[in-house]
Amino acid sequence: MSNLIETKYAIELKGVSKIFGSVVANDNINLNIKYGEILALLGENGSGKTTLMNMLSGIYYPDAGTISIAGDEVSISSPTDAINYGIGMIHQHFKLVEVLNAMDNIVLGTKEKYLKPKILKDKILNISSKFGLEIEPEKKIYNMSVSEKQTVEILKVLYRGAQILILDEPTAVLTPQETEKLFAILRKMKEQGSAIIIITHKLHEVLSVSDRVAILRKGKLIDTVKTEDSNEKQLTELMVGRPVSLKINRPEVESKKTILNVVDLSVMNEDGSLGLKNINFKLKRGEILGVAGIAGSGQKELCESIAGLIKIKSGAVLCNKENIIGKTPDEIINLGISMSFVPEDRLGMGLVGSMGMVENMMLKSYRKSKGFFIDKKPSRKLAEYLKNKLQIVTPNVDMPVRMMSGGNVQKVLLGREIDSNPNVLITAYPVRGLDINSSYVIYDLLNEQKLKGVAVLFIGEDLDVLLELSDRIMVLCNGEMKGIVDTKETTKEEIGLMMAGKSFKGVEGDE
Amino acid sequence: MNKSQENIKVREPLVRTVKRAERSNLDIIKLRIIAFILALVAGGLFILLIGFNPFELYLTIVSGAFRSKMAIQATVKFMIPLLMASLGITLAFKMKFWNIGAEGQIIMGAVFSSYFALFYSDLPHIVLIIIMFISGFIGGGLWGLIPAYFKSKFNTNETLLTLMLNYIALHVISFLRDGPWKDPGSSGFPKIARFEANAQLDKILGVQFGWIVGLILVVVVFIYMVYTKHGYEISVVGESQATSRYAGMNVKKIILRTMILSGGICGITGVIQSAGSDMTLAASVAGGVGFTAIIVAWLANLNPFGILMVSFLFSVLEKGSSVMQSTYGLSTYSASVLQGIILFFILGCEFFIRYKFVLRHKGGNK
Repeated sequence: MSNLIETKYAIELKGVSKIFGSVVANDNINLNIKYGEILALLGENGSGKTTLMNMLSGIYYPDAGTISIAGDEVSISSPTDAINYGIGMIHQHFKLVEVLNAMDNIVLGTKEKYLKPKILKDKILNISSKFGLEIEPEKKIYNMSVSEKQTVEILKVLYRGAQILILDEPTAVLTPQETEKLFAILRKMKEQGSAIIIITHKLHEVLSVSDRVAILRKGKLIDTVKTEDSNEKQLTELMVGRPVSLKINRPEVESKKTILNVVDLSVMNEDGSLGLKNINFKLKRGEILGVAGIAGSGQKELCESIAGLIKIKSGAVLCNKENIIGKTPDEIINLGISMSFVPEDRLGMGLVGSMGMVENMMLKSYRKSKGFFIDKKPSRKLAEYLKNKLQIVTPNVDMPVRMMSGGNVQKVLLGREIDSNPNVLITAYPVRGLDINSSYVIYDLLNEQKLKGVAVLFIGEDLDVLLELSDRIMVLCNGEMKGIVDTKETTKEEIGLMMAGKSFKGVEGDE
Repeated sequence: MNKSQENIKVREPLVRTVKRAERSNLDIIKLRIIAFILALVAGGLFILLIGFNPFELYLTIVSGAFRSKMAIQATVKFMIPLLMASLGITLAFKMKFWNIGAEGQIIMGAVFSSYFALFYSDLPHIVLIIIMFISGFIGGGLWGLIPAYFKSKFNTNETLLTLMLNYIALHVISFLRDGPWKDPGSSGFPKIARFEANAQLDKILGVQFGWIVGLILVVVVFIYMVYTKHGYEISVVGESQATSRYAGMNVKKIILRTMILSGGICGITGVIQSAGSDMTLAASVAGGVGFTAIIVAWLANLNPFGILMVSFLFSVLEKGSSVMQSTYGLSTYSASVLQGIILFFILGCEFFIRYKFVLRHKGGNK
């Protein structure tokens, strides 16, 4: 058996290409991975990482090229085929049935006879102890934390006998500590002879867990390097295609006056649980207040309650000493507070996907013009202006924004909001899905606003970015505020522990 | 695991569907024309099968719709309610509010206006007609407002609610016909009296003036949807309610307002059909137009001018096939089969606008 593992590649891709309409998502990719190896697939958004992995897991079928598994050429035309070949994919968004327990989710969809719960439980515990996973087989999914759910996902593919594991951005929803735990599991699986492919764009994770790194750029495989011979700088250059400075500016602003005062803000979710619990903080002019927390810790509720989009249970949001709770978004806009909210869901909330830039520009301002008819002229002017100023790539300002790339969509949205001269700017995940270049354009835009005296609330996910960009960081966990820390005096580990629910003395309140 | 690998041969699936890049408008039009030609061919096969010459029959359909002044007038008469009802539901559809209750809204418009046509027929002609149009608009609008209210208040399913209201409206007519509004001069036969000449719509060029109302509505609805703030709001709400709330729009108000308009236009359709074509309030006043309008609106891509064209073609088909039936002694059903075939192809071609098939080996392996 060991002989076989050494001589044959777990997966070998030869000349694999995939084309969507006029977009070449993967261009002649040659890639291999051995059993007992962790390969990191690195690349910016839109570089074709996910497409490539979807071809391995049977979601897409390659237009050209061959895939070999354990030395044999195969054809994977459905996810079932992929499972039969021992390939298991763990998607970024979990595919679990919330009302069932872990065991049922694990066996769901397998063709075997339903085992008695007791036997099944033993079988699952057996597998989990083999790989060092911790799981309670009878726990319902809806009672689980994100990292527990991920464990179930991993067990799901292991139970099906997967020898090859593909993880699509598995750490996006985890705290640094949980990430470390996941990596320990992956290393253990590697020792057991599994082949693991991990898709990510976080460089330090690549360096800490992988054996080799394959870098994709614009659908092409640029290079495959050994992790031990590489470093962060080299990987970035390979990924972006030219040298990049990784430092984010943090200009200092004097005279910070409080503009937004959030007092005891609580929000009830639709299911009756509390989405936010007694949040207290002050947002000052000329500062960027970062918000850290694993996904779903109340960031969305925080933004939307301040923007007047959802009802709150109790508390107040004072803007220049006026309570804006209970006012509609339209009234808040009219109050002259000029607060801008750049939502996380750009095409689903911030912009109208099927409309062009022009019509999106007037989304908030169309009411201002008098009369029954709309006046598109000012919006057209603004659209042309933003297109030039922010170098938005689009054939014309009437092209539907959903056909633009993520970076350009974000520029359109942020550009529109900044143009309204806000005093308060709330941005949720403004660089999600953007390549490094666009991300830096966005950071610069935010810093520019900060220098102009705008109060910026920045909901982020990458702790490194949060630490470099923001002046202070508020940490949320399960809707509770675990404290606000000064970025000059804190560490990533401290924030990580707070994200996991630990409060520190002295950092609990604001002030 | 190895065993299962041996069983699966290295083979690409025979046919697979692939999402294509967005097609240009010209390509889409070409595709639709091809679909139409294919539909004619398939329909021709069907005609051959039942023993007739397809060319002759097709010719009869076209000439049947235009062979005389009367035939053209009849075609236009088919077209008026279809055109107007399609315009009405287009407003709702643009908002992604699935109003399949045009049928009921047409009926309620006819019922409201018939009250004045029956009991106030001695009013001056112009005043009476104006009152009938307004009451028809209110009747249809109310019938559209009910599902909109429940949708905005309790998020009920508008498809179900509008559909159910159709049946209620239909039975309202039956109730009036058999009870309070029963024609005393009909010697016991349940029917509603014929409208007095004073309550009938005037004719222009031999057809009731509804066709002018329809043409005006095409332009008005187009301007409303493209150039007004209301129209802009409808498109944004249709795209995403979250976006509209984010932009500070009052989504409830927009839904209610749009559904009053949508139902109201359908209500006017009812006025025109009852006072212009039927000259009485019959249970068949809507006669399925409300459902056909859904197809018309979609085929026209919710574009008012497209609706004008599609509803015209539909009426030609409708009138032409009735001539074909009588000339060749075909059953009603064979004409329906023919219509079905044509619709099938045209609607089926929508799939090819977004997807394409890829055959094995063509641009595939190796």
